[in-house]
Amino acid sequence: MTDSVQTKAPSGDKSFWNEPKNRSIVYQLLVLLIVVGLGWSIFDNTLKNLEARGISTGFDFLSSEAGFAIIQTLIEFNESSTYGDVFIIGLLNTLLVAVIGIILATVLGFIMGVARLSPNWLVRKLAEVYIEIFRNVPLLLQIFFWYHAVLKAQPGPREVFKSGDQVYFGVTNRGIALPEFSFAASFDYVIWLFFIGVAVSVFVKKWARERQVRTGQQFPVFLATLGLTIGLPLVLFLILGIPVEAIPGEMTRFSLKGGTTINPEFIALTLALVVYTAAFIAEIVRAGIQAVSYGQTEASRALGLQESVTLRLVIIPQAMRVIVPPLTSQFLNLTKNSSLAAAIAYPDLVSIFAGTSLNQTGQALEIMGMTLAIYLLISLLTSVFMNWYNSRIKLVER
Amino acid sequence: MAENKTFTPLPDLPPPASTVGFVGWLRSNLFSSPANTIMTVLAAVFALWLIPPTLDWTLFSAVYSGGSEACAANPDAACWPFITKRLPQFFYGFYEETERWRVDVAAIMLAVGLVWLLIERLPYRQFVGLFMLLVYPLIAWALLYGSVFGIDFFPIVQTSLWGGFSLTLVIALTGIVISLPLGIVFALGRQSKMPIIRTICISFIEFWRGVPLITVLFMASVMLPLFLPEGVTFDQLLRALLGVALFSSAYMAEVVRGGLQAIPKGQTEGAQSLGLGYWLMMRKIILPQALKTVIPGIVNTFIGLFKDTTLVLIISLFDLLGVVQAAIADPNWSVKSVPYTGYVFVALVFWVCCFGMSQYSRYVERKLHTGHKR
Amino acid sequence: MSETATQNVKSSSMTDEVAIRLEGVNKWYGQFHVLKDINLTVKRGERIVICGPSGSGKSTMIRCINRLEEHQQGKILVDDIELTDNLKNIEAIRREVGMCFQHFNLFPHLTVLENCTLAPIWVRKMPKKEAEEIAMHYLERVKIPDQANKFPGQLSGGQQQRVAIARSLCMNPKVMLFDEPTSALDPEMIAEVLDVMIGLAESGMTMLCVTHEMGFARKVADRVIFMDAGQIVEENEPEAFFGNPQNERTQLFLSQILGH
Repeated sequence: MTDSVQTKAPSGDKSFWNEPKNRSIVYQLLVLLIVVGLGWSIFDNTLKNLEARGISTGFDFLSSEAGFAIIQTLIEFNESSTYGDVFIIGLLNTLLVAVIGIILATVLGFIMGVARLSPNWLVRKLAEVYIEIFRNVPLLLQIFFWYHAVLKAQPGPREVFKSGDQVYFGVTNRGIALPEFSFAASFDYVIWLFFIGVAVSVFVKKWARERQVRTGQQFPVFLATLGLTIGLPLVLFLILGIPVEAIPGEMTRFSLKGGTTINPEFIALTLALVVYTAAFIAEIVRAGIQAVSYGQTEASRALGLQESVTLRLVIIPQAMRVIVPPLTSQFLNLTKNSSLAAAIAYPDLVSIFAGTSLNQTGQALEIMGMTLAIYLLISLLTSVFMNWYNSRIKLVER
Repeated sequence: MAENKTFTPLPDLPPPASTVGFVGWLRSNLFSSPANTIMTVLAAVFALWLIPPTLDWTLFSAVYSGGSEACAANPDAACWPFITKRLPQFFYGFYEETERWRVDVAAIMLAVGLVWLLIERLPYRQFVGLFMLLVYPLIAWALLYGSVFGIDFFPIVQTSLWGGFSLTLVIALTGIVISLPLGIVFALGRQSKMPIIRTICISFIEFWRGVPLITVLFMASVMLPLFLPEGVTFDQLLRALLGVALFSSAYMAEVVRGGLQAIPKGQTEGAQSLGLGYWLMMRKIILPQALKTVIPGIVNTFIGLFKDTTLVLIISLFDLLGVVQAAIADPNWSVKSVPYTGYVFVALVFWVCCFGMSQYSRYVERKLHTGHKR
Repeated sequence: MSETATQNVKSSSMTDEVAIRLEGVNKWYGQFHVLKDINLTVKRGERIVICGPSGSGKSTMIRCINRLEEHQQGKILVDDIELTDNLKNIEAIRREVGMCFQHFNLFPHLTVLENCTLAPIWVRKMPKKEAEEIAMHYLERVKIPDQANKFPGQLSGGQQQRVAIARSLCMNPKVMLFDEPTSALDPEMIAEVLDVMIGLAESGMTMLCVTHEMGFARKVADRVIFMDAGQIVEENEPEAFFGNPQNERTQLFLSQILGH
């Protein structure tokens, strides 16, 4: 038989190099060698360079006094505060801009995305013009525009207010002046009622769903929730005689004292981030809605579902699975882009920690390491969420 | 049986007047329901509030000639002399005036090459493409800097003098030329079956994608000198280029990976059954298809990269925005309308470039769609 | 009625009550005149098959009946309710009229069972348990109760179309519209869908089917309608329609689809 022929493999193939396994090991060792070598050389050079410059490595600098002023601090900060405090303040300021920016950009983006598909020609065109303009102009330019051309070009406080003015609202080159709100003790009841309202709403929703499953009867959950969380606290607020006092700032001869001021750096950065990111979100929303085929709408109409139910139970759930992944990456982009704060000296993490603190201490390695680690951590958490979400909503196909 | 009837179609009647023509269009697009009518009115009020004043400011009332005095006399309209007087600076930066023809030559070569590549009827497009990718960067460097591989062709112009729109182009194009091949390598590495290579590629990609470009530029500017052996120095521009290229290649890698994943497994199996090796299969079967499907994504990455070049002003390189920003601060031009005019001008330049690229990518997408559908 | 024994399906479920009436219906797409003066009366329990070349307006006509398309002139009455812009009427009619599409249009993010219970729960305001019982009943009737908890993407084309039929039936409609239900299916799956449709016809459902399945038409139709260029060219009982078409346009069409 031919058995003997078959078992005898051509001798050339037996060579070491033609075993895929061996080949893969050699490749990987080679790459590993290069990467490790590169890493070692960088490490070695860095140590030598630091030594030559007389910089000691380590995180001791975090507990030494920073000694510079910061225009916006969410926690106590004074002359004796340390670089560690600077790090915390920078991080908080970054998160503040990111959270407010994400909320506003989502709202604006969804409005514009839906407007982009409006049956109304004029609305559609306006949304399109907005998207195409702000998407195609660099973000940094937009930040500069709002900051240097718009906000910093406003007149100063002394030109806007007269000495002795009670200031409730005003726009100056120092930002937006607002009164300071002082809440009476009874305002706590309103807050409590709000939380009770939220808790009851959750219960009502559950109850309504169970009742519908049982009997088929429906209940206006949305209206009930609105009444419980907003309506009732509002009524109590009015009954208590509006327990809030707005204390205006007062204009002295030279400057505005008291009141609350939102500084122009924060406004410019937030405004630019929101307007820029919302243009991208609008495109994502449009694509998401368009991805749900028109047949789905027709089928639900044919079943006699009302438009609102069609939207809520058929279109939105399908559109959301297209929208959410790119939406999350836009949120991440917004957070990373908030680091452009450094260009207009808004005190975010990059600006005051990787910028000012680095220049003062020279601890480049530690400071850049901490800064990058924070951003990487945020990205990592986002992608963990994304993986969870994707596996949850994945369409089952055969 | 009755005789066979003959089928003669009824003549087409015109539709009711209210559903077609201009009136029909108005009805269905602007006034189809009360809510829609209200929206139309609100949108029209908004448009009237915004558009005429904007046009008036930029065009009709604008100052076109004279100097800063003319603009100061009319502070509520655009100050175009500010742009026209400084146009050379906005394009060349601080490049020595006697040598500016070198920038012109490089720019013209670039324009010719790009137009050649975009017009599909022209012959030798592959050849031109390779030339632009491999040879042109060297020629451009020789022209702009004056020296390649230690051979001096022209008087050397230090990169610290480069600036304006020409610097924007240098950074963007370097990023594009380097990021595409590097991105492909990392995308393939990420899809590889070898665990060590895969881990390294994933770490690389996720690191660069996870940090803001501004910190990358900080690193390039502050930390790179620490990483290099004593005595080896990099010029500030080169450091920025390195940072931008690595950063964008990570994004490119993800785009390319999307294309690789869109190729059905049957393609790989078919290629393997024909006995193609890994690299041959990638080069002849997988990559051509994958790259074609992700052209829109690639162009989008380019657009992002192009807009991101403005960030280099933070490490004190003067790209277009940087030059204009510096010019605005000039005390001779401290007129209220000058910052607006400057920013509007830069915005216009970037908008034309980015919008043009995105329209091109849409055109390509449409063209690909008319082919076979999967 | 003079039915032969072989045409057992055509038990006289047909009554004299009018289910649907179209009077002088005209429709345009822009300048294109798609429906020209359509007059049609459908009796309760009647089974109608509509055929004709593509672009003849047959799909458009039945899509007008549940207002997926809007007609511009003429009257459409379903159950004596006239179809106008009135949303209440449209909703009422859609509740009573079921429809199956060429591409099934199942909701891919819901299971088969959820696809079937969605409308009964949200439109008929039925308790979930009851809706599920009804859904299972109809899924059994279309012979796929075992697939109830799968997603549409996991089913074959024929199974998906049967789910789509069951989904419509769950609303207990008085009229069923079929818009080329078998033309997106592989040949071996057509039979299983047609079987379900024949069963439905036997139960006395009022049906309007746009289809080119002439065997199906012969077997169940009370009337076959031939459309071309937006008009009803010829209508007759299937025997007469197939055996002795009156109009040369009909003869040409029949010879084209039956000729091989």
